Amino acid sequence: MSHWIDICSVEDLQPDSGVCALVEDKQVAIFYMPKENAVYALNNYDPFGKIHVLSRGLLGDIKGEPMVASPLYKQHFSLITGVCFEDASVAVDVYAIHIKNNRVEVSLGE
Amino acid sequence: MSKKQTLIVIGNGMVGHNFLETLVASDIKNNYNIVTFCEEKRPAYDRVHLSEYFSGKTAQDLSMVTEGFFENNNIKIHLGDKAVTIDKENNQITSAKGLTISYDKLVLATGSYPFVPPVEGHDRENCFVYRTIEDLENMAAAAKNAKVGAVVGGGLLGLEAAKALMDLELKTHVIQFSPRLMSAQLDAGGAQMLADKIEALGISVLASKNTQKIIDGTECKHKMLFADGTELETDIILFSAGIRPRDEIARISGIEVGSRGGIVIDNQCKTSDPDIYAIGECAVWNGQTFGLVAPGYNMGRIVVADLAGQAASFTGADMSTKLKLNGVDVASIGDAHANSQGALVYTYQNGADEIYKRLVVSADKKKLLGAVLVGDATGYGTLSQYYLNGIDLPENPDSLILPARSDESVGLGPDALPASAQICSCFDVTKGQICSAVEDGNHTLGALKECTKAATGCGGCSALLKSVLDCELAKSGFEVNTDICEHFAYTRQDLYNLIMVNEIKSFNDLLEKHGKGRGCEVCRQAVGSILASCWNDYILKTEHLGLQDTNDTFLANMQKDGTYSVVPRMTGGEVTPDGLIAIGQIAKKYKLYTKVTGGQRVDLFGARVDQLPLIWQELIDAGFESGHAYGKSLRTVKSCVGSTWCRFGIDDSVGLAVELENRYKGLRSPHKIKFAVSGCTRECAEAQSKDIGIIATEGGWNLYVCGNGGMKPRHGDLFATNLDKATLIQYIDRVLTFYSRTADRLQRTSVWMENMEGGLDYLKSVIIEDKLGLCADLEAQMQHVVDTYQCEWKTTIADESKLKRFRHFINSDKTDENILFVEERGQIRPANEEERLHLAVAEEA
Repeated sequence: MSHWIDICSVEDLQPDSGVCALVEDKQVAIFYMPKENAVYALNNYDPFGKIHVLSRGLLGDIKGEPMVASPLYKQHFSLITGVCFEDASVAVDVYAIHIKNNRVEVSLGE
Repeated sequence: MSKKQTLIVIGNGMVGHNFLETLVASDIKNNYNIVTFCEEKRPAYDRVHLSEYFSGKTAQDLSMVTEGFFENNNIKIHLGDKAVTIDKENNQITSAKGLTISYDKLVLATGSYPFVPPVEGHDRENCFVYRTIEDLENMAAAAKNAKVGAVVGGGLLGLEAAKALMDLELKTHVIQFSPRLMSAQLDAGGAQMLADKIEALGISVLASKNTQKIIDGTECKHKMLFADGTELETDIILFSAGIRPRDEIARISGIEVGSRGGIVIDNQCKTSDPDIYAIGECAVWNGQTFGLVAPGYNMGRIVVADLAGQAASFTGADMSTKLKLNGVDVASIGDAHANSQGALVYTYQNGADEIYKRLVVSADKKKLLGAVLVGDATGYGTLSQYYLNGIDLPENPDSLILPARSDESVGLGPDALPASAQICSCFDVTKGQICSAVEDGNHTLGALKECTKAATGCGGCSALLKSVLDCELAKSGFEVNTDICEHFAYTRQDLYNLIMVNEIKSFNDLLEKHGKGRGCEVCRQAVGSILASCWNDYILKTEHLGLQDTNDTFLANMQKDGTYSVVPRMTGGEVTPDGLIAIGQIAKKYKLYTKVTGGQRVDLFGARVDQLPLIWQELIDAGFESGHAYGKSLRTVKSCVGSTWCRFGIDDSVGLAVELENRYKGLRSPHKIKFAVSGCTRECAEAQSKDIGIIATEGGWNLYVCGNGGMKPRHGDLFATNLDKATLIQYIDRVLTFYSRTADRLQRTSVWMENMEGGLDYLKSVIIEDKLGLCADLEAQMQHVVDTYQCEWKTTIADESKLKRFRHFINSDKTDENILFVEERGQIRPANEEERLHLAVAEEA
């Protein structure tokens, strides 16, 4: 059973870009694509650069799959699975996220 | 199995070495033990480009020997030893160091030596010839204590030597015995135009001067006395009065030499002794010597064929030449002096643009016999193809040298050339060989050069090579995918045009009309840059937000630990003491690491994202603005102190640097761009390594374009000379806008220029002559960018809603606790992994 945590309002998100939230001591990168009204949540930690910066990457898609490009060394991570496009053995955690009554809610899924 | 024979090559110059390369690439290489003698202490190097030694090339750069060449091919090289005699009876040679070696076959590639006229005083100190790297080293050493230099001889090499003296910052004179420059290649009209151009560069040309004596000078080291009673004082004298074949080893060994010197060879390059060949500048064929490398390379190929028992014969050589001296184009093809029976001459002289062209054609006007081009040698490739391949001339041959008119096309397309047409004369590569290489899948210029060697010698044929390649690719229907990414089936230039013409103002609008999907970091950033170049909107406008990578989004440069660096603008590298104190205080307050950058500014490192607005607020209060260090945009304009402070400064380099930096700051371009302005030719600002480089001269500003430092350094090309400031700025406006419009994404100006068909000459025709009629438009667009400049940090700080993004967490005031620093040399730096573990443990304890 999911435990939803209220993060912020939709207006606090950055269109076609990311922000970072602190959720129970975890850094969570939240990405917002207003055209599709889609939100995605990944762990903010870049496993290649070993620092917390994924929320500052550029968004887009690779063959239709939404992704973020790390601002550091430009590896691409799927926003759906967290898997790195360049090296499938590396993945970042993906969290459940939705918009409810104009509020953004995340579930860490434990 | 028969025993291997011994083949000795005397001389490891360009021709001797090329012969070895040809030999080891052939089927007969295993028939011989190969030995070569090289008198100089270093093996073959590129003498054709020797003067580039003064513009930064090292002896290593000029080397023609690939690593391990001698070892891998089992060639024994005797460096620093000279073969001195040949015992023809016993087939042995003896060297200066006393080696005696037997040979089965011997190849003489001893080259030539510079002729020094027997003028009294020719052997005084600081009198040089221009032949080896050591000569250049000695010249450079002497130039340190010299102000004036003189070159005796106004031929090809003499003019090149004069450029070298200019590069060494000497007042330079060229002294010519005959009444005109390059008398072997040019007619009187061409030579006069060349002299005018050389003088305009600041080199004085003294013609019809017969040097009789060199004595002590009063102002300078030497005084040269001429037959007409005049004299010239100079510190350095360079003799470049022609070359003579080095035939002494043949002479003393009883091998036939020509009446005017040179080792006599037949059509197989054999000397009077059937076991001995001679190739290159030491040889005389049919009473002729050849002072270019291409005929020497050809002779080497003939010898390899002869050794292999194949029929081949030397039938003379094309002595056409093209060169560029200080940006002055000069070319001569075939019978430039119209000595052939019945030859007709067309001449085009354009005094205003300093262009002189002369065409020599056969009596029936069907064939090209020769040509002279001064000031504009763009037609060289086409003309030499007409000449070399005997192609029928167009009905009006003068159309080939007259300025192009809109209703006629005179270019000789690569399609018109026969397969046998020689494209590269240095390596004897024909159009047919290139076409088959293209067919084999070599679809880039680089791949073609590598497999055919075409355009890797003097490089004069690279434009032609490219057009053959393009033509072949087009013919075979081969399409190169130049799409910027999977979301747009267009090149950057296409996108630029779509945005410009349809007045598209946002990425989403463009994606909807011309793209698919959601975009990616490639197209988003490229479009972001184009939108900024065209409309110069505030970069953090909501609709542009998703187009920027972290540097542009946070207007700072992300470092390896996720913190950012901050670079306030210091126009021209100028900063007041108060400014410096303010920066120091801010850096101290936020505990930032400070360093002076390569672009003459102060860089502040270690700022957390949430600190950026606070730091910038203080910087702006202290009078600073954004340095755009994060953008693909104008970074800095470096300068020396110029005439304001420097004893040698000719003009105000700081003032101009400040003016230019203020004009172009914030300009978004395909790649970051840098400028520099030097106040004199000492070039303390290193302007020639910048995208735009400016150097003050007595006559005005000299403009260099498309240089760069970085990974693959390139010197800028001299674009225009003696400009006043208004013209200079006009040209820079045009070049930068043209670059922004036509370059590929992330393409530096240097690569843009290298890939441009027609290269520098084409760029000049667009920017200076307004060939495309675009200049007014280019200037207007730049003016728009100049007029709409804003300091992005100032705008950002003034907008409360933009500041929210700079919090590390959207839902908390906490900061990123993973950022850790340690101290080194009194300042902070990011902790490494081991230190991080240590610090974490210490904190817990």
